[in-house]
Amino acid sequence: MSISSPPVAARETVRQPFSWRRLMRWEVLLGLVVIADFLLNTRLSPYFLSPWTLSDASFNFTERAIMALPMAFLIIAGEIDISVGSTMAMASVFMGLVAQAGFGTPLVIVTGLVVGFIAGCFNGVLVTIFRVPSIVATIGTLSLFRGIAYAIIGDGVLKAYRPDFAYLGQGYVWGPVSFELVLFAVLAVIFAIVLHTTVIGRRIYAIGANPIAARLSGIRVDSYKFWIFALLGMTAGLGSVLLTSRLGSTRPSIATGWELEVITMVILGGISIDGGQGSIVGVVLSALLIGCVTFGLSLLNVPGIVLAIVTGSLLIFVVALSSLVGYSGRRRRH
Amino acid sequence: MDRRGFIKTTAAMAGVAAIPAAFALPARAAGEIRLGLVAKSLGNGFFVAVDKGAEEAAKQIGNVKVIFTGPTSTTAEGQIEVIQSLIDQHVDAIAISANDPDALVPICKRAMARGIKVMSYDSAVSPAGRIVHLAPSSDELIGEALDKLAAASLPGGKGQIALVSATPTSTNQNAWIAVMKQHLSQYPGLDLVATTYGNDLADDSYREATALLQKYPHLKVIVSPSSVGIVASAKAVEDAKKVGQVYVTGLGLPSECAGHVMAGSIKEFAIWNPIDLGYSVTYVAVDLVKGMKGPGNSLPAGKMGKIAFNSDGIGAMAVPFTYDKSNVEQFAKVF
Repeated sequence: MSISSPPVAARETVRQPFSWRRLMRWEVLLGLVVIADFLLNTRLSPYFLSPWTLSDASFNFTERAIMALPMAFLIIAGEIDISVGSTMAMASVFMGLVAQAGFGTPLVIVTGLVVGFIAGCFNGVLVTIFRVPSIVATIGTLSLFRGIAYAIIGDGVLKAYRPDFAYLGQGYVWGPVSFELVLFAVLAVIFAIVLHTTVIGRRIYAIGANPIAARLSGIRVDSYKFWIFALLGMTAGLGSVLLTSRLGSTRPSIATGWELEVITMVILGGISIDGGQGSIVGVVLSALLIGCVTFGLSLLNVPGIVLAIVTGSLLIFVVALSSLVGYSGRRRRH
Repeated sequence: MDRRGFIKTTAAMAGVAAIPAAFALPARAAGEIRLGLVAKSLGNGFFVAVDKGAEEAAKQIGNVKVIFTGPTSTTAEGQIEVIQSLIDQHVDAIAISANDPDALVPICKRAMARGIKVMSYDSAVSPAGRIVHLAPSSDELIGEALDKLAAASLPGGKGQIALVSATPTSTNQNAWIAVMKQHLSQYPGLDLVATTYGNDLADDSYREATALLQKYPHLKVIVSPSSVGIVASAKAVEDAKKVGQVYVTGLGLPSECAGHVMAGSIKEFAIWNPIDLGYSVTYVAVDLVKGMKGPGNSLPAGKMGKIAFNSDGIGAMAVPFTYDKSNVEQFAKVF
């Protein structure tokens, strides 16, 4: 213990990228906006405040919200994956083929998860072994996976799913509480615990904040990145299982453009696109916010084009605001 | 909370709050019938015209409100979200032009389970997901219309005609041509000399039409039941300087054919009228809400007369609508 150590330690605390105080403010803000929009919707539409309406509304975003959880991990770790929509399409096509071959629902679900997992591993290998920047690698697989889906079924349709398969995307656990919503809630809690209370979570932040420092301090950076890609791929497979079940059929155009909607959810949740910052609570709140705003507007029959403008503006607004008022402190010092 | 935090909070609250506040609370009159009219996508002139017809019918019937909506891009997922919000607004009927006949079935079933009458128009939903489907026309009606168009384009109703179809395997075109040939006996003046295939490609169709003009110097009319073929054939006639000697007719889009109608190579052509389609959809939907049974029945549709639905619930609205110099420019703006 030297005399000079206390001031150094103090500066370390200030620089620490993960700070509950700083973090909670963004989440509180998002929470308030969600509540405000909820009240506003209730006032504007006589149909909004009904358990069934709210349950119906949840179907519109739960699949994307589930994928936003591992996407948050990946973006916090400083990488990105824009191929999840195509991964979903490819997984759905293989599920359709398995169902068509006469296999039951359990094997169909496993197929979806495995195909997603393999797709995720492929992205992971490109990024960690072949050193392709993640945005470039996943632009490639965005076309590749979708292309495979189209090559297999073209303009055809696969719909030999058994009736019990419909439960996953259309079923209810209790009253108006859907299976999808429960699954999302459970996964959100697990992801939050892993990210915020375990060593794994802390290392993910460290990798995103400074990959070189993380590697020098003994974290197997590539291994972490690879497994997050694989996890995201498998979750996209899960999303594909849910969406396919909800649609009751597979076409290669399934989930077109979803990758950007998932990323929007993550960024709006306060996850810094530079990596190293953000929380799962924020992602959950932003999923609720997007769900609430878009469904509220569509209950008022506001055209979809306006919805797109609103989501776009919301995102730009949030990112601009957070860098303006210095939410992302690290960025501001550049 | 410090100053920055305060600015953040207020700005975000105001921003989000201002957006939906711009839209007024939808009022609902007593006994009003509300119809959700779902397009394949918004910003498509065809569906704007459908909505126009629907509004016209709604006014005629009285106490009917049409909610015209649709996704931004032609995806099934987008349509599902739109249908979901219509269900939660407790509309009485939903009419859909489907982006995917199968993927919409679960959501349509849910709508029907909640007492909403669901029908499709233009592009069908699979039978499990709708009560009736209203097609703009039928193979029978189109085939007959092609004969009628050919006869109308022939000076004196006598002379040689030839076909420029799509591909030899295209189901629609073949069905229409079969009907056309079957009814040809009713037009003794029509002499069908050749059936060629332009593969729904502009240059192939152009080549086939040019070859026809050289091979049959007395050819009077080229009939093309393909929107690509009709334009290419008209171009071939114009390039061969045979405007006035040879007329082109068939099925085409007003926006693509308007120029050739003005140039004189096309006297008249046909395609379904989206305004009439929207009009009929509204009548049929209201009929269903009023408790009439669709499949196997004929339902009244105002000025369009009665529309017969077969036991599978499929009905055809009318013969294709004929466009000529007098109305093509007006519709060219639509689709």
